Amino acid sequence: MNNQSSAPVKPAALLLKFLGSMNLAITLLVALSIAAIIGTVLQQNQPYTDYIIKFGPFWFEVFQALALYDVYSSSWFLLILFFLVISTSTCIYRNSPTMLREMREYKQNIQLKTLQNYTNSDSWQLSCSMAEAQDVVQKLLPHNGYSARLKEQPGHTLVSGMKGGGSRLGYIFTHLSIVLICLGGLIDGNAILKAREMLGQIVPETRNLPANEVPSISHLSASNPSFRGSVSVPEGSRTDVTFINYRDGYLVQNLPFSIEVKDFRIEHYRSGQPKSFESDLVVHDERLAEPLKQTISVNHPLIYDGYAIYQASFSDGGSEVNFLAWPLSDGGEQASTVSTKVGEGLKMSSFEQPWVLETSNFRLFNINPSEDPAKKFKNIGPSVQFKMRNKLGEAKEYLNYMLPVEREGAYYYLSGMRSSPADEFKYLYIPVDEAGGIERFMRYLNALSDASLIRQIVAKQGLTSSPLPLQESAQLNDAMVLLAALFVEKGMQGVVAQVEENVPLEKRDEVAKLYVRVLQQLLAAVYVEVLAEEGVDVSLGIDEKRAVFFDAAAAAIGAIGRYGSPVYLQLTNFKHHQASGLQIARAPGKNLVYPGCGLLVLGVFLMFYAPERRIWAWLEPTEQGVKLVLAGHASKNKMDFAKQYQQLRDQFDRVLTS
Amino acid sequence: MNSTQTALQFELNQRSFWKNLTVFDWLWGSLVMLATAYGYSRYVGLMDVYEQSILVATGASLIALGWHWKEIRLLSLAVFLLSIFGISRYVNGLADAQTDFFLKFLVSSQSAIMWMSALYVLATLTYLLSFVARAEFAGKVASAMTWSATTMGLVGLMVRWRESYIIGLDVGHIPVSNLYEVFILFSIITALLYLFYERRYQTRVLGVFVLLVISAAVAFLLWYAFDRNAADIQPLVPALKSYWMKIHVPANFIGYGAFALAAMVATAYLIRQKAERGAANGLAMTLPELEILGDLMYKSIALGFAFFTLATILGALWAAEAWGGYWSWDPKETWALIVWLNYAAWLHMRLSMGWRGNPMAWWAIIGLFVTLFAFLGVNMFLSGLHSYGEL
Ligand code: HEM
Repeated sequence: MNNQSSAPVKPAALLLKFLGSMNLAITLLVALSIAAIIGTVLQQNQPYTDYIIKFGPFWFEVFQALALYDVYSSSWFLLILFFLVISTSTCIYRNSPTMLREMREYKQNIQLKTLQNYTNSDSWQLSCSMAEAQDVVQKLLPHNGYSARLKEQPGHTLVSGMKGGGSRLGYIFTHLSIVLICLGGLIDGNAILKAREMLGQIVPETRNLPANEVPSISHLSASNPSFRGSVSVPEGSRTDVTFINYRDGYLVQNLPFSIEVKDFRIEHYRSGQPKSFESDLVVHDERLAEPLKQTISVNHPLIYDGYAIYQASFSDGGSEVNFLAWPLSDGGEQASTVSTKVGEGLKMSSFEQPWVLETSNFRLFNINPSEDPAKKFKNIGPSVQFKMRNKLGEAKEYLNYMLPVEREGAYYYLSGMRSSPADEFKYLYIPVDEAGGIERFMRYLNALSDASLIRQIVAKQGLTSSPLPLQESAQLNDAMVLLAALFVEKGMQGVVAQVEENVPLEKRDEVAKLYVRVLQQLLAAVYVEVLAEEGVDVSLGIDEKRAVFFDAAAAAIGAIGRYGSPVYLQLTNFKHHQASGLQIARAPGKNLVYPGCGLLVLGVFLMFYAPERRIWAWLEPTEQGVKLVLAGHASKNKMDFAKQYQQLRDQFDRVLTS
Repeated sequence: MNSTQTALQFELNQRSFWKNLTVFDWLWGSLVMLATAYGYSRYVGLMDVYEQSILVATGASLIALGWHWKEIRLLSLAVFLLSIFGISRYVNGLADAQTDFFLKFLVSSQSAIMWMSALYVLATLTYLLSFVARAEFAGKVASAMTWSATTMGLVGLMVRWRESYIIGLDVGHIPVSNLYEVFILFSIITALLYLFYERRYQTRVLGVFVLLVISAAVAFLLWYAFDRNAADIQPLVPALKSYWMKIHVPANFIGYGAFALAAMVATAYLIRQKAERGAANGLAMTLPELEILGDLMYKSIALGFAFFTLATILGALWAAEAWGGYWSWDPKETWALIVWLNYAAWLHMRLSMGWRGNPMAWWAIIGLFVTLFAFLGVNMFLSGLHSYGEL
């Protein structure tokens, strides 16, 4: 650097200098960090529709062009990695020859001047003989961990000591390991797939198809050396493919064998949380004399023929579920049965307009946090999740629990509803009657839609005296029927909205209150009627429990409008089939990565904890005896070395001046 | 033999490592070996071969540590005795913690951790007092408090380990599995690293800086325990049931602890530097010299970097076993990489570009925030495979 020559610099040398420069290295490290941050802030590899919803069409396009949905396999990210590899390799290439030489070199040609100029330098005038002094030096240096070399020259003898040569090796190990790890990572990442896609050899599939219907351009042959895919295998069936998520679609990876899932098990702790997930696998392979049986679990994969098979997840494997479909709007009174399977779509034509029932999941257990402080969790039993899709393709999603759930002493059938996967479920609480069923609630609901019954009740209960601004009883009867229907259809809000539409502003409040009061009377009256029909003695009023039921039922009916489904599907029984989620991977790059990791740890520790240190002892015969110059030098950790040198110096002093 | 040779012989007889070990050193070695052998023979059935190796390696490391750092022996002995005492008080199950006097007020894991918390906070105040009043004695008291707090913290973890087995044999696990437990670990490791350098550099004025971070950790711990009921022992999710946890997590926290130490030394550095640029007198000038602070900062970042490298690699190996790939660009992994790259850049700047002083100190402080995000922020703001310790 300081011998500025005027000769023109060769471009190759310049390039080498640039690639191996520390500035480039640090720029790359920082660039890599920033790219990594982007990848964590923006959730990667989500369905593209999610991104469109989140960013809007314009930014969606921009981000897509920048490959921000899959940063870590984007070309610009790979470019950074590539340059890091080049830069580090250049660094090794340029530095290691010197380092390898220096770690073996004892610097036996050093000048006396240089030694005297070191910060750590001392000299003694001794009265002993050269041989004696030499003996001392040659014993004390090794005693302090320095390996020493002696060189006799006319007029003086130099003993050079060194330790910590390993730190240079550490440098080489560390940086070599970076190269190895990056290369191995590139092999195992999807850079190869990307290249093949660009060459037009493969095209990801975006439709939801069974593996055997996916066109062969989206299949990867069994000779593909590295991939990571996942597949869900129902109990009792087998697979000879796995699916690789790729951008907004997937690829089908063929396997040279097939894997059968005999059984999938979840074990639970006493508290209810899951304890282990296990699958009994059988590998069928022509090359095997006999199928290979093995149980895998989380943290205990099966390694077979270079393929690693992991227990990654589980899902429903097509459980059969049966429902009782209770009409919620004035359909028939009777519930009908509906049978379907998880994963299937069932056309339902029994209602005004056709619906498709898409059952998406069934869960045998639902372990929820418990309010009971003694128990952290409680199991509230099976649940089923499904979508009801209308003919426009719009869907609402439901989550129904099979068993009644307790809430403040009373029991309810819970049904959650949401309009978008991004929302939380909002629950409908349907109260359970004394017999433990849903029947009373449904009878009550039906009664509210029964015009003649309402007319009867209005007449019998003397609701005629109600102060509604209507005189004739026929008119009143109709109004009551309409009111009840409005409530069932749209809830209390619907009633209030109706008032707001039809009544002048100054009277609205008053009239609305009136309507609500009348409605409540009507609801109560119909409820009492329903109880009476059941044979309950209502002459002395109704008890606390039935009052709670009434409140809950009225609230639930008021919410039916928002529930958005013409039926309530009561899960009555099921046959549970599970599927084991397997992750299957082949990662030959780890043959570079793992040794690389070993080198990295070794290298880093060597670099920090075996710093290079040098000591020289210059011996020169004089008239009085011997002149000894002791000097030490370290390129790193100078403070520690200064202390060590002091100790060594004192030791010499004690021995030589005694 | 002349006098030079006698003196030489004398020196050569000195300081040979093995010869220099005292009776106490050998006693220490045998004691740890005995304890390890006992633990091994007693629990061999519960451990797989990896866990057995971890136990043996831990014993060996403890012996070496005790030889190089004598105070560790006293600490270990105290932790051992108190933990055994605590464990022995459990006779009828966990409910004993409410009825037994010693458990209730001293050695149940909850109480021990409360003691730890209180002592760390007191130590912080005492270090502050000793710094402001330049009181040597207060500094000694503060050190003693820090040692005691560390003891109680370790006892808390040990007893908690046992308590998890009292809940159920299948529930039992080493207490480094969730955010609550690792915050305790973080406090302890940071304190130990500090105590090591306190002795090495013979100065207590840095205590107030380092203990400040620990106090902050303790404040979080208490909030987390009381507001979120985080102190309850939970069984492990299947992904965490592995021997890797026993090495991955502690290695990580040596890294985090060292980075925290470096950042606090950097703070001291900046304060001292400001004072030097001004009147060069006052309290700030009682801080160690800039050169020493810079050196200490480098050493702790180096230590942190080395262990963080190890921890990240262990994590990758574990991921290969649990998730089916050694690297998934999961947010936690990715942030570990960011932390690591950040300190790699720091080290390069210092070593190869010769950067010193102000910018490096600021960078070390910023580094702590990056680390903090990797440690806490990821769990709070980003979702991923690693979401074991959600807030
Ligand atoms: C991810 C990439 C890298 C990592 C993790 C890394 C790591 C390290 C570490 C830990 C040190 C020791 C620092 C110390 O002792 O304080 C070091 C030193 C060094 N690194 Fe890197 N490094 C990387 C990339 C590079 C690159 C690309 C270059 C080339 C410009 C480079 C050149 C050097 C040099 C010249 C030294 C000084 C060695 C010595 O004098 O002992 N490093 N590196």
